[in-house]
Amino acid sequence: MTSPSERDALQLKFRDPERGKALVEKLAHLTESLGRSPVAVMHVCGSHEQAIARFGLRHVFPKALDVIMGPGCPVCITDVPEVDEGVALAQQGVRVATYGDMLKVPGSAGSLADARAGGAKVDIVYSVSQAVELAQKTNEEIVFFATGFETTAVATAAEILRGPPPNFSVLSAHKYIPPVMEIVAEMPDTRVEGFLAAGHAATITGWGVFEAFVERHHLPVVVAGFEPLDVLAGLVRLVELIHDKTPKVDNMYPRCVSREGNVVAQQQLWQVFRPLGGRWRGIAHVPNGNLRLRDEWAHLDARRRFHIDLARLWTFAPPTLVQHCICGDIMAGLKSPTDCSLFGKECLPDTPVGACMVSSEGTCKIWHQYGGHPELTRAVEVNP
Amino acid sequence: MCLGVPGKVLEVDGLVASVDFWGVRKQVRLDVVDAPVAPGDYVLNHVGFAIRRIPAEEGLATLKLYHDLLRKQGEEDDLMAADVRAEIEAAGPGWWRDCDKPL
Repeated sequence: MTSPSERDALQLKFRDPERGKALVEKLAHLTESLGRSPVAVMHVCGSHEQAIARFGLRHVFPKALDVIMGPGCPVCITDVPEVDEGVALAQQGVRVATYGDMLKVPGSAGSLADARAGGAKVDIVYSVSQAVELAQKTNEEIVFFATGFETTAVATAAEILRGPPPNFSVLSAHKYIPPVMEIVAEMPDTRVEGFLAAGHAATITGWGVFEAFVERHHLPVVVAGFEPLDVLAGLVRLVELIHDKTPKVDNMYPRCVSREGNVVAQQQLWQVFRPLGGRWRGIAHVPNGNLRLRDEWAHLDARRRFHIDLARLWTFAPPTLVQHCICGDIMAGLKSPTDCSLFGKECLPDTPVGACMVSSEGTCKIWHQYGGHPELTRAVEVNP
Repeated sequence: MCLGVPGKVLEVDGLVASVDFWGVRKQVRLDVVDAPVAPGDYVLNHVGFAIRRIPAEEGLATLKLYHDLLRKQGEEDDLMAADVRAEIEAAGPGWWRDCDKPL
């Protein structure tokens, strides 16, 4: 058992500047020893990008090391037709409950926020449990628009297994991370030489799930946590593995991730969901990348309970700015937010054009919130 | 929505725990956590569900990993690493030795 002071001490250890500096030095040394530039690695988690931005880590990364954020933001990769389904249901008069960061995500003809402004009933919940409680308090039909990776899918699964009230159903847009890493690793233009795997998703799946991936693609995978030292240590280990040309899985987050993962959660996940191929916004068709309700839960599946009238959405012209959005290339690691002509201009957190500017886990939103790169670049140019 | 937050368990009532997140008290469900949770434990919370119990000694195990990572540099002339090692050693008895179990 840990006392509060011990906990603080432990937390400080994960933010200890001295140890951080030593890791930064080591990272620089290792990257230099690779003898080429740039060397690109990819992380697949919004929480990693937040840690990198919040603690200013990108500033201390070696110049030769490109740390790219891949498709790790669940809001960003929720596909347009999935958002459309939620919007259509809301406009049909069904009460839709969803996570707060889904509200402003643009579909082909507006977002849930737009639907709400137009009079539709859209509730923001922190947890699927709140959506169930909402259903218990009313006779209205409540559809939980379920988004997120395996970490949130297990919560949805747990509520379904508990037996929600009959007026509750689920519109699942849940996604499963391991298959998308296969896609990104095989993209023709990819420069990615190694992956930093998301510690929280791996808490569920276990790090063993990446072993077959490493064998197939000969790229190292390091599971890392979310404190600044976790990220730095994960990168050090990853560059070390690239340097040694020994593709393997390494776990730098043993306080949360084991080889087999959370077996209890996995059982519940696969009892409720089945993997199905489908599009991830801006990325590609991802085989087995979507999680849909199994047939035995058909009575809780909003897609089967309701006729979702998508046609009624298309009385609006689609916004033309969307055609300039490069979210997909950003999530594939091919471009940065600063390469986008809309970033910080037409596309802002209050008026997002692309999904990457919506969520607190989206690359563009994070870069914008923490100052982004344009100001830094300009400052350097003016005062060399 | 998928940001994970660690918190300290204050009370457990069946499948619901009352958890302190930096002074904010919240109910967290224990349906999917894979180990028995008791007051005083830490849990990793995702959207109101604990997905992992974090034993304190495993936090130390991670720190030991970083320690080894730095030590492996094997460059005795690297003063920075030496300083960090000294600081780690100075962190108190048992800080590292307690977690020498295999990872």
